Amino acid sequence: MVPYNRLLKKDSLPKLLTLLSEQGRQIIAPVATDGLVAYSRVEAPFALDFDYILPNTSVKEVVFPRTEKLFAYVKSKESVEVTDFNFDAIPYKVMVGVRPCDAAGLLSLSAIFNWDPKDPIFNARMARTTFIGMSCNKSDEYCFCTSVDLGPGSTKGSDILLTTLNDGNYLAEILSEKGEAVVALAPALFEEAQMADKENFLAVLPVKFEKAKIFEKLKEKFDSPIFGEQAMACVGCGTCAYVCPICACFDIQEQTKGNKGSRVRCWDSCGMKLFTLHTSGHNPRNNQGQRWRQRLMHKFSYMPERLDVTGCVGCGRCSRSCPVDMNMAEHLKEIVE
Amino acid sequence: MKNLIEISKELLQSEQVKVVIGYAKGSANRVRPLFARDAAECEKLLFDARCVQNLAVYLYKREIAAMGKPAIVANIPTLRAILRLCAEKQLQEESLIAIACNNDNEAVVLKNMTEIEAFVQSQVIALSDKDRELLEKIKAMPQAERWAFWQKEFNKCIKCYACRQTCPLCYCTECTVEKNKPQWITVASTKLGNLEWHTMRTMHLAGRCISCGQCAEACPMNIPLHLLPMMLAEEIREIYGTMPGLHRDENCALSTYKPNDQENFIH
Repeated sequence: MVPYNRLLKKDSLPKLLTLLSEQGRQIIAPVATDGLVAYSRVEAPFALDFDYILPNTSVKEVVFPRTEKLFAYVKSKESVEVTDFNFDAIPYKVMVGVRPCDAAGLLSLSAIFNWDPKDPIFNARMARTTFIGMSCNKSDEYCFCTSVDLGPGSTKGSDILLTTLNDGNYLAEILSEKGEAVVALAPALFEEAQMADKENFLAVLPVKFEKAKIFEKLKEKFDSPIFGEQAMACVGCGTCAYVCPICACFDIQEQTKGNKGSRVRCWDSCGMKLFTLHTSGHNPRNNQGQRWRQRLMHKFSYMPERLDVTGCVGCGRCSRSCPVDMNMAEHLKEIVE
Repeated sequence: MKNLIEISKELLQSEQVKVVIGYAKGSANRVRPLFARDAAECEKLLFDARCVQNLAVYLYKREIAAMGKPAIVANIPTLRAILRLCAEKQLQEESLIAIACNNDNEAVVLKNMTEIEAFVQSQVIALSDKDRELLEKIKAMPQAERWAFWQKEFNKCIKCYACRQTCPLCYCTECTVEKNKPQWITVASTKLGNLEWHTMRTMHLAGRCISCGQCAEACPMNIPLHLLPMMLAEEIREIYGTMPGLHRDENCALSTYKPNDQENFIH
């Protein structure tokens, strides 16, 4: 019965991944290339290195890809032949080294994609992906998971959460049915665990702002010029939305050539000027301050209110990757004060 | 940098400008843009080797242009961008006051485009060692290897348009990618679409790019995409003998015809 603890020796992890790979699962892990850490498909011998704060890209790409072909069509004089999405072709994947913030973000994404309607493609990808989390023993100035009710050892969203112990072995928390299925594949690799206090192996991250106050302050300050001030430097690109593990806004596009084509879903960003442009020419969010306010309210007001999930996991990617150093935690703190 | 701060305060106090666009301390060891509108805010201004973002991009941002005449803390690429914008009639002779700064803490006030032009023309302009090395490395690649290199790099592109938004010369109010009648360039991040986007942007910058490299600095996926317009800038210099951003009133190499233009690139 989940949850329960096991010990996964350091050398057992590559063995486990090899077994999973032989079972036909694609193994996805963060790989560093030229200073960029990105989730990539990895092959045996699975010599993985978890010495980074956080990958530059988020885990959402696996279940909500940058571009998703929804269906294809061929038009002829008499009819249109439609080829629907092939659910059977979705590969089985195991993601390794998923930080607790990223894993928690999956729960919020699931809430968005199961609100109305229930998105079959997202759900199918989620069902076929197992998430092996890796808790954090260090953080940087941009991290603020503890300010949004999460932490460097949070189990939310992970199927198995690994915590690196002093000797390099892992405390493995088995958290779900999918996690149990992995253990069942190689029960010998998951040994009895001593009672380890996980807290001793986690990064210490002080809280930066009171999350409870944000909800009220945002509503209170809706008409405040503070949003315009904070957004002065913002250039209106899509970086923050695209690196965010929870941002799920998308555009629908047709990609056609002659009589053939496909309808695709691709990432979109509320920070971009065109996001709310009406065909009449009117744009209800015509300046960057309004767009910035919308970003904050969506994450800290609308999502908690309507879907009862957090809209932000405090991973800090938006701030790290922002070309003009818009620091989300700093701005939130300013609003609360 | 006291000199910079004093200069800024004076400009605001005397109402010569309504805002000073500059750099201030940011997160961790970064700097970020500052829009100082009073003496207290001016105290935060600084200039050092981290100040590479091309602030000229804010000159036509509606919310900032609405404040009134600006002063702008500028490194050489920023000044070149300003001259190019002036040449393209986006700025006028008295549109702004530039505070030219260098890493030796020297600040020079340039009151109009004429002064900016004279200042820029007195400077030595060259690519950084890092960019030169990268550029030569790619130039040395045989064509097939070069193509494979760029395909691999642009596969990473997430179409966030940080490159476009931070480029001072991408100021079109409706970008080509934002037209959907017809849809010239794919909106989604796809192998072909990404190559189309970057190729298109490079071509639109031909003869205009002042090689500040900020497009690549801004890229969240670490793609060295600045090398494409930089390479083109070098080729145009070789063929036409011109470099953009040196004159406040200059044409664009690719939209100017001179009878003695070489045509040795036509085979």
